[in-house]
Amino acid sequence: MTKRTVTIELDSGLEVRPIAMLVQLATSYESKIYVQSEGRKVNAKSIMGMMTLDLPAGEKVVVTAEGEDEEKAVCDIEKYLSNN
Amino acid sequence: MYGVTITELIRKMDFKNLTPELDTDKIIVSHPDVNRPALQLTGFYDHFDNERVQIIGNVELAYLSGLTRERRIAMYDKLLSGKIPCLVFCRGQLPEPEVLELCGHYGVPCLSSIKPTSDVMAEVIRWLKTKLAPCISIHGVLVDVFGEGVLIMGESGIGKSEAALELIKRGHRLVSDDVVEIRKVSDDTLVGSAPEITKYFIELRGIGIIDVKTLFGVESVKDTQSINMVIKLEEWDKGREYDRLGLEEQYTEFLGNKVVLHSIPIRPGRNLAIIVESAAVNYRQKKMGYNAAQELYNRVQANMAGRNE
Repeated sequence: MTKRTVTIELDSGLEVRPIAMLVQLATSYESKIYVQSEGRKVNAKSIMGMMTLDLPAGEKVVVTAEGEDEEKAVCDIEKYLSNN
Repeated sequence: MYGVTITELIRKMDFKNLTPELDTDKIIVSHPDVNRPALQLTGFYDHFDNERVQIIGNVELAYLSGLTRERRIAMYDKLLSGKIPCLVFCRGQLPEPEVLELCGHYGVPCLSSIKPTSDVMAEVIRWLKTKLAPCISIHGVLVDVFGEGVLIMGESGIGKSEAALELIKRGHRLVSDDVVEIRKVSDDTLVGSAPEITKYFIELRGIGIIDVKTLFGVESVKDTQSINMVIKLEEWDKGREYDRLGLEEQYTEFLGNKVVLHSIPIRPGRNLAIIVESAAVNYRQKKMGYNAAQELYNRVQANMAGRNE
């Protein structure tokens, strides 16, 4: 299992469109991926689940992945969330 | 730990607040039980549950009225100094002014209800149990099918939302798509609902978000529903054995409660909605005392017994 704490640096925070992009990204991996914030743990491949998180820019989340491509999945998600 | 404020309790139970000067937003009840402080009022404080809502009825008042005034106030003083969340008088009874003063002094809200004590107790416990129930959020779709709460689970993209949409078109009701919040209301009841933010919405791959309530009407949605069975959709795996009879039940667990589980293999062209519907009515029939698999077993046994005679 790969686990990493990531700060959201997208200008608008995680609003609807960035969430859709993130879910799209997460879906491209085989691994099970979860995003955790303040005790809520949500499947990153679930668009509705991600909508319930309420994450403005600057917020910290824990991204975990489990599966064959977990390293790459967490790296790419971190890259996307930290806006580079 | 979850909690409710005394303000919420007052509003929900329609209590009269006899100490309106106290800030009831700050006082939180996190214990889903009540206590009738009869024994405490006699002076017995071992095992006293001071975190519970304290409810005073006829028994307590009758006992107190037999005491001298000083003794009575001393007993109230001892109870109110014990950091209790609130004191409720039932049957429209009102405490003496000295008691209200003590309540103000210790910061304990004093409330009154016109209802009989046992009704107040039952309602407070029922409401607190629901509000303070342990809660988890899971990935799945909850639909009310013929009155049975069916939780459809499975990997992303396996067709949960599509199955839900077809069930809605067949007259069943959506509770939540994708995220279901489950509360353990009692040891045999789990209640599911949608997060406020995604309520009535379904996501369909290729179409996007649709609002079921505005598209298909109020009759197609439901706010909460007990969870009676879980249907797990899986890619058809040739090597795996699927239940062919249904003689033995499989179970899954949420928050320590067991729920019947059916693993259903899916292949293109399999009509999921009809399978889910059948599973739900079959479950209902089992609850009513008829088990088709058992009946078939009995017939085969009887047939064999008949040949041996």
